[in-house]
Amino acid sequence: MKRAIGKMLPHPVLSVVLLLIWLLLVKSMAWGHVALGAILAVFIPRLTARLWMEEIYFHRYRVLVRLIGIVLWDILVASIVVTRLILGPGTALRPRFVVVPLDMTNPYAIAMLASIISLTPGTVSVSLSDDNKGLLLHGLNVPDAEELIRSVKTRYETPIKEIFEC
Amino acid sequence: MSAMSAMLLEILVSLFLLASAFFTLAGSIGLARLPDFYTRLHGPTKATTLGVGGMLVASVLYFSARGEWLSLNELLITMFLFITAPISAYLLAQAALHLRVRDVSGGADKSKHPGQ
Repeated sequence: MKRAIGKMLPHPVLSVVLLLIWLLLVKSMAWGHVALGAILAVFIPRLTARLWMEEIYFHRYRVLVRLIGIVLWDILVASIVVTRLILGPGTALRPRFVVVPLDMTNPYAIAMLASIISLTPGTVSVSLSDDNKGLLLHGLNVPDAEELIRSVKTRYETPIKEIFEC
Repeated sequence: MSAMSAMLLEILVSLFLLASAFFTLAGSIGLARLPDFYTRLHGPTKATTLGVGGMLVASVLYFSARGEWLSLNELLITMFLFITAPISAYLLAQAALHLRVRDVSGGADKSKHPGQ
């Protein structure tokens, strides 16, 4: 039974997300739309199966929800900080490249970390090293590189590692 | 809806719109003012996150109060934005590394990274 479901739905998380997206798009909970959404949720992951390197699996949903909260809060706070930097005198800026050493191997986990870094103002992820062990990022104002690395690792990398258990 | 709560809603929506317009403007000013490519990358990807966010919150409030449904389509816009913005920033940065654009930033050695 479990195997049959596994074959039908190779990426259960993706399927649920697709169904939700469909229902939000059509803005309706009518049975017809639920059925159509379910069909899409079954077939799109199967059609795109080759693009997925590994199964996406979130182990700790509670940590995921908390991480989303942290990220939204950081976007809010850091946007205000960055806005002040942009509008303030240009001499106050200390832009800098920093390499954050990664302890994760799961490609989705690394992608998630890189995206979060780019979304939170003041930092952009620039490049992943060839061996996937270091993430080069650019900071708009980095007085202390060690501090930035530590905050990226404790605020984002630790919860992501818990979520993906890698 | 009473006149009082309608006015409160309008004030709230206006506040969100003004805040988002401010952050979007700040992002654009950053694009013009910052000294090099990498620092300019921060303007549009950043301040706009909050700029678009504020606009969407305003839209959710307005249309939820207007219609009978809670309006949640805006969540999709947020989601697509959050998925695509980091990727476009990453591709721009990769191209910049490859072209070795002028930069004023100090710090780490970039030579071990693809694009160079």
